[in-house]
Amino acid sequence: MTIQAASDSPVAPAAAAGPVIHPRWVRITHWINALAIFMMIGSGWQIYDASPLFRFIYFPRQIALGEWLAGALLWHFAAMWLLVINGIIYVTLGLVTGRFRRKLLPIRPHEVVSDFLAALRGKLSHDDLSVYNAVQRLLYLGVILAGVVIVLSGLSIWKPVQLKYLTVLFGGYDAARYVHFFAMSSIVAFLAIHIVLALVVPKSLRAMIFGR
Amino acid sequence: MIKPRKKLPGVDAKLLIKDAAKLLPEPSRRLFLRGAASLGALSMLTGCDIIDGPSSEKVLRVISRFNDRVQALLFSETTLAPEYPESAITRPFPFNAYYAVDEAPDIDGTTWQLEIGGLVDNKKPWTLPELNKLPEVSQITRHVCVEGWSAIGSWQGVRLSDFLKMIGADLTAKYVWFQCAEGYSNTIDMPTALHPQTQLTLKFDNKTLPTAYGFPIKIRIPTKLGFKNPKYVTAMYVQNNDAGGYWENQGYNWFSGL
Repeated sequence: MTIQAASDSPVAPAAAAGPVIHPRWVRITHWINALAIFMMIGSGWQIYDASPLFRFIYFPRQIALGEWLAGALLWHFAAMWLLVINGIIYVTLGLVTGRFRRKLLPIRPHEVVSDFLAALRGKLSHDDLSVYNAVQRLLYLGVILAGVVIVLSGLSIWKPVQLKYLTVLFGGYDAARYVHFFAMSSIVAFLAIHIVLALVVPKSLRAMIFGR
Repeated sequence: MIKPRKKLPGVDAKLLIKDAAKLLPEPSRRLFLRGAASLGALSMLTGCDIIDGPSSEKVLRVISRFNDRVQALLFSETTLAPEYPESAITRPFPFNAYYAVDEAPDIDGTTWQLEIGGLVDNKKPWTLPELNKLPEVSQITRHVCVEGWSAIGSWQGVRLSDFLKMIGADLTAKYVWFQCAEGYSNTIDMPTALHPQTQLTLKFDNKTLPTAYGFPIKIRIPTKLGFKNPKYVTAMYVQNNDAGGYWENQGYNWFSGL
């Protein structure tokens, strides 16, 4: 209950700048998550290169993190704590405060289609940043689910004996590696869209930094 | 006793040689945490140069030690690694080391002895015929390499916990250290040494262990990554100090549990 009160009330006395779009906890967990994801993907690419799943996919060392396998593993298994602890705080607050329900639901297929077509024509309104359009809802919910899948598949690769039932859930050790890879790919695809659109609509970036 | 070997009977060297070199740091990788281009943005975000080699390496190694403790807590002496049917065995089972298969130590089984040391009552060395007389256990388990790939193999030998009890090892000691013929070494924690599937391995697929897989003995630990499964073992010491290991000393996680 205290969380609800704290998160929904404006941080400063209601200034002229309008209502808070992103409460402080969203902004803090967002940027910590950005840092953690960046380290996890960079080191994950270097780890992938030690035993590639696809002949035609290789990540140059210049864009990866850790220089060689041992270094990348050290980064990966350090950043995982940041990712998981921050992720648990974010998802818990998102559920408890009702933010996920308010912001991300409902997702109606026909609205996704019409909003997507409007976006392609450049006619999607961003006047009210506090309301997500149907495409945003779908993508934000999707990336949260991809986050859950990448953590669980990662755990099943890391601990295929102690967490063997989790590994079975992903179809075994080797299959879990593919699941982990495709979850990473979908997050990278999300980030490509997300970062470009944040730059196209700079006030959305400002809102994620200053809250309004 | 040890001489370079040219040919391995019954083993296709071409199929077996994996690119082991990719595990090795190149000279340019010596400061292996420094300077990845994607980290430039990270420094800008945090406002400090946390990726500068030595300091970040120190932090990462501290976290790696913390992860050792977490993994030791997660380790269960009763949780068994999954076992597989014979049809699941990977053939040919890959050879992997930091050297090529034809550089693997060629050990004379008639003169080889397993040296026993440390906190053990009976330090008498063991010959291969003596080890072969001990009760045999068998497992078909998955070998998971730190690189990511895995392969299923069939191993037979002596349960290590039985062997440790038989020689009067101090089971309250913290570590068991293994020395290998080619200079490789490994230290493992006592709870893992006492795990029912940890095996002093004498055979692969019910046949005498081939040179590629560690003749005369290998320590098979299905609850740890492949590099924590030493081959060509010549000495075993029970002790309370962590003597490290070949890859662990270069930055790979010490516990490396599965």
